[in-house]
Amino acid sequence: MNAPQNPNTYRSGPDENGRFGLFGGRFVAETLMPLVLSLEQAYEAAKVDPGFQAEMASYLKHYVGRPSPLYFAQRMTEHLGGAKIYFKRDELNHTGAHKVNNVLGQILLARRMGKKRIIAETGAGQHGVATATLCARFGLECIVYMGAVDVERQKPNVFRMKMLGAEVVPVQSGTKTLKDAMNEALRDWVTNVATTFYCIGTAAGPHPYPAMVRDFQSVIGKETREQMQEAEGRLPDSLIAAIGGGSNAIGLFHPFLDDPDVKMWGVEAAGHGISSGLHAASLTGGTPGVLHGNRTYLLMDEDGQIKDAHSISAGLDYPGIGPEHAWLHDSGRVSYISATDDEALEAFQLCSKLEGIIPALEPAHALAKVIQLAPKLPKDHLMVMNLCGRGDKDIPQVAEILGGM
Amino acid sequence: MTTTGSTRIQTRFAACATEGRAALVTFVTAGDPDLDTSSAILDALPAAGADIIELGVPFTDPMADGIPVQLAGQRALKAGQTLKKTLSLVEAFRAKDKDTPIVLMGYYNPIYVYGVERFLQDARTAGVDGLIVVDLPPEEDAELCLPALAAGLNFIRLATPTTDDKRLPKVLQNTSGFVYYVSVTGITGGAVGNYDAVGEAVARIKRHTDLPVAVGFGVKTAADAVAIARGADGVVVGSALVERVRLSLDSDGRATEKTVSAVTSLVAELAAGVRQVAKAAA
Ligand SMILES: Cc1ncc(COP(=O)(O)O)c(C=O)c1O
Repeated sequence: MNAPQNPNTYRSGPDENGRFGLFGGRFVAETLMPLVLSLEQAYEAAKVDPGFQAEMASYLKHYVGRPSPLYFAQRMTEHLGGAKIYFKRDELNHTGAHKVNNVLGQILLARRMGKKRIIAETGAGQHGVATATLCARFGLECIVYMGAVDVERQKPNVFRMKMLGAEVVPVQSGTKTLKDAMNEALRDWVTNVATTFYCIGTAAGPHPYPAMVRDFQSVIGKETREQMQEAEGRLPDSLIAAIGGGSNAIGLFHPFLDDPDVKMWGVEAAGHGISSGLHAASLTGGTPGVLHGNRTYLLMDEDGQIKDAHSISAGLDYPGIGPEHAWLHDSGRVSYISATDDEALEAFQLCSKLEGIIPALEPAHALAKVIQLAPKLPKDHLMVMNLCGRGDKDIPQVAEILGGM
Repeated sequence: MTTTGSTRIQTRFAACATEGRAALVTFVTAGDPDLDTSSAILDALPAAGADIIELGVPFTDPMADGIPVQLAGQRALKAGQTLKKTLSLVEAFRAKDKDTPIVLMGYYNPIYVYGVERFLQDARTAGVDGLIVVDLPPEEDAELCLPALAAGLNFIRLATPTTDDKRLPKVLQNTSGFVYYVSVTGITGGAVGNYDAVGEAVARIKRHTDLPVAVGFGVKTAADAVAIARGADGVVVGSALVERVRLSLDSDGRATEKTVSAVTSLVAELAAGVRQVAKAAA
């Protein structure tokens, strides 16, 4: 177990070496190291620059459409008969997911650093779409790496990216999913390091990405605090979010980590079930290792070879997790659980029918656990689920699975 | 730190310098295309003219490698290669060849999962001389570099065109054996950099260290080797060799009787190349 660096707070990480206890770090090739260091410097300077903060705030309001509502899901609450359920409506953001919060921050930073070529990896395509969108807005070149398997199952997003002027590169290497897209993006970055900014889509990668992405996504949790105060006059009792790399979850959780009465659940993708071996639950089914610039929990074999992840959701189909979650897991502050493909599909349909909101398959995993947890909790328990993406992108895939209904 | 293990590299570079030439450093992937053929390739390399052997440790996610080395790793993993088997491969080679230095090159995760202390012990015992671990920059020296030096292994670092004069001392601080200068900012298998720039870069590194400087990334032909040998203490070739392996395989991806000679014939050409360039004896 890794004790927190300062037992009085869970919010002080990472340390100067980019570590959250054992996890995190800067495990990158020497070619990238000078750039990773200069990115850290640029980010530290931007963080305390009121001009940068004001620019962020303005675009978040007028372009992204923040704040996103905190919505009382009345019919879901009545249906489940327990905890009072709120949805944080990040699916209403421009581009349809939380990903844009982070991309906006990184693109503004890239502009400050004078980088005109932007690369990104994407799984579900939401991060790719958000990146393509902001590159269009600021007139930047945009190249998105996407596993060939994901290109196939998330076609609407591939078309959106192309429409926005981005080049989408289908990645044929390895398992042809998110991890290989990330490998390919890293190869591009190593090759074009002088001109290129790598816009990472989740709270993972070498320091400072996990902390930087978390900070940009923390707008979710900060708004939730204020909105819940307004709605109920107090803090929520619990928070729940789906976890791919962990950016929407850490964005919701981080502002509450030092409120001991707020319980938190992170929901990983259990695919066909943890015992089947075909899943994407790195914390539940993995062990610590080093990949993509950081040490974290990974799905791998006894020789340290990375295993394929399996999930119905392209956005969760990754064999690792952001290092801060690895640390929060070991320190016990956050509980990590998992939902199977079937459970997520059921929640996807229930949410559509009861609330008139078609969720993305990713937050449908969180909702699947809300469905199990809420009935056992008292009616005055306030539970916030991060509805971090809308389901438009998943319609063709789900229609195929459900046989056109 | 001087030990029998780490001096093999020094001794070999010194011997090449005495001959007034650059060393030929050859990279092949352990277990490619299968364990037996890989062992035969390894055994044949010194006679073909390899001075130092870099043995690639296969990894599922080789983030700094181009297609040729990626495919070599995939072939090896498919044939069941593991880090343990790679160490056995070195041990078998070392039983026959006491002098040719062997450097393991790869990524940190398989070593981390094996266990750093156990790995260092087993690597020393097997007869490994040095390590190149692509995703361990000086900022992470406590992970493996310092324990490896303490265990008597060389830790060879990559320097790149992005490593400026300000950063070079940090990169060189715990480097031993030799410095591996990557001549292009990019992945393995890319185009060779500008040869004049390579010479200048080597000179720049040498202002900061007495270690030999080997140059790689993009060497494919004897002509490339000749051009690089003019400005460096060593020429590293890798992608071109594992491509020779790939092209020698049958339609099912299995080794043929041509596989070993496909590699050694190119090594022989490159070895002749480095011998064409007379350098002032050190
Ligand atoms: C809607 C949505 N939610 C969640 C995720 C998973 O990422 P993270 O865990 O970083 O939030 C994705 C990734 O593509 C996504 O599109």
